[in-house]
Amino acid sequence: MKIMVAIKRVVDYAVKIRVKPDKTGVETQNVKMSMNPFCEIALEEALRIKESGLASEVVAVSMGTAQCVDTLRTGLAMGADRGIHVEATGALYPLSVAKLLKALVEVEKPGLLILGKQAIDDDCNQTGQMVAGLLGWPQGTFASKVVLDKENQVATVDREVDGGLETLSLDLPAVITTDLRLNQPRYATLPNIMKAKSKAIKKFTPQELNVEIKSDLEVVQVTEPPKRKAGVVVSSVDDLLDKLKNEAHVI
Amino acid sequence: ASTLVLAEHEGGSINASSVSAVAAASSLNKDNSISVLLAGLGPSLQQAAAHAASCHPAVSQVLVADSDKFTYPLAEPWAKLVHLVQQRGGYSHIIAPSGSFGKNILPRAAALLDVSPVTDVIEISEPNLFVRPIYAGNALCTVRYNGDSPCMLTIRSTSFPVPPTSADSKDNEAPISQVDLSTFGEDSIGKSRYVNQTSQNTERPDLGNARIVVTGGRGLKNAENFKMIEKLAEKLGAAVGATRAAVDAGFVPNDLQVGQTGKIVAPELYMAFGVSGAIQHLAGIRDSKVIVAVNKDADAAIFQVADYGLVGDLFEVIPELLEKLPERK
Repeated sequence: MKIMVAIKRVVDYAVKIRVKPDKTGVETQNVKMSMNPFCEIALEEALRIKESGLASEVVAVSMGTAQCVDTLRTGLAMGADRGIHVEATGALYPLSVAKLLKALVEVEKPGLLILGKQAIDDDCNQTGQMVAGLLGWPQGTFASKVVLDKENQVATVDREVDGGLETLSLDLPAVITTDLRLNQPRYATLPNIMKAKSKAIKKFTPQELNVEIKSDLEVVQVTEPPKRKAGVVVSSVDDLLDKLKNEAHVI
Repeated sequence: ASTLVLAEHEGGSINASSVSAVAAASSLNKDNSISVLLAGLGPSLQQAAAHAASCHPAVSQVLVADSDKFTYPLAEPWAKLVHLVQQRGGYSHIIAPSGSFGKNILPRAAALLDVSPVTDVIEISEPNLFVRPIYAGNALCTVRYNGDSPCMLTIRSTSFPVPPTSADSKDNEAPISQVDLSTFGEDSIGKSRYVNQTSQNTERPDLGNARIVVTGGRGLKNAENFKMIEKLAEKLGAAVGATRAAVDAGFVPNDLQVGQTGKIVAPELYMAFGVSGAIQHLAGIRDSKVIVAVNKDADAAIFQVADYGLVGDLFEVIPELLEKLPERK
């Protein structure tokens, strides 16, 4: 069985983002970019499934500008067997990404498609659900545990839902989106970074996949959120309790 | 405008975040006709439908899909149901609360309808103009939906509060009708099966919805000391949170992590102990109403966002708080 993993290049999670003065977006020039943390978890899970003997190949897919190849190289250094880059400029909304992924699934025919539950830039949390809907595949979103039964072609997925864990059984092929607790992604070692340089990355354009990139959404402006004002420093626990009780009325 | 609200129900009533979704729908415009869609099986569903009919004065009708296909809230049959109901009703908007239920179902349904949904709406400026947080709330993005109907949204329930009056008033009982499922297709249904659900800690409120959250950071030093945070949370009836540093150090499991890559919280009271205030942590708490910080480092970044700061040793402050806080009724 082949596993396909979608990975997104985003502003590194530790960077303090800056909103552009003209309100058109967030500054991404000269800013450290990394693989989206949820995508790292998705890739790690695919690699673990392969290492346990339940999958034969892990294919990493990324979409966007030419720099996505760097992110794919990181994925290959972690252990993905090969990469696919769909080169596209301009805004790619989740619906377009889902359509491109569906087209790639039809080319590659994986038994499992794993994605991060959301990207930490646009925080949409949509692509996995959308591609599952387009493919008519079952979905296991916000996964914190995945167990594959190769014989019966079934994945058992523990999902993080509000206030608990839900367990689902999914027929393969299926779409899984990953939550934080699923695993701890590995670091790429130097020998593997060297090895990754010779792994293949195939390039597609949206036209080659017969997907028209358009959007029914328009970003009007991006602004800074209202700033919180620093409050007061209290001198003692008694003072604090008094303020919480009689000023803030929260206890 | 006409709006379809996807409602979640449990134990015979629809939950509070679904009522917030109705409140969001009613803010779209004055003459909005609001239909609440409920799915499930049997008496508890019909009971929840009766509750939905009188949960908010703006509800025009309640649609009920009663079938064993909806015994559990699986995305596959639910998304298909939304598709079917939309084809019949031609709604201008479809809204769900943005919990794990809505976020699981709505994007799948949107793909079937070839629509880009909008996640985590915190403000409706115009019927097709919305504000939503991006970068975990470090920026706000205003988006316009230019596509065909329906415009599909998940809304943050904390941003659309429901006035306590008029709830459950019998004067506003909307008609209830059953959804005709005779043309409900079977394809892609049955490929997913519900196995079970376990509640992690039923005693404590859920981190995402708690009124008070008590969080511990690296300053707690080890897992044993972190139990002080749990004790304090118990006394306050609060949920327990942790910073990424505390999680990475192994004090508590990942599911308690608050921040950009963990849970985003917006409680009435957020209390942070031994938390330095890393950017990605502050991103997850900025919508809290009141923030309290206790840290022995007076220069800690957390003090820049705290409403009340106390510079002191948490190993002295927490025991004193435990002693002086009143017993919970």
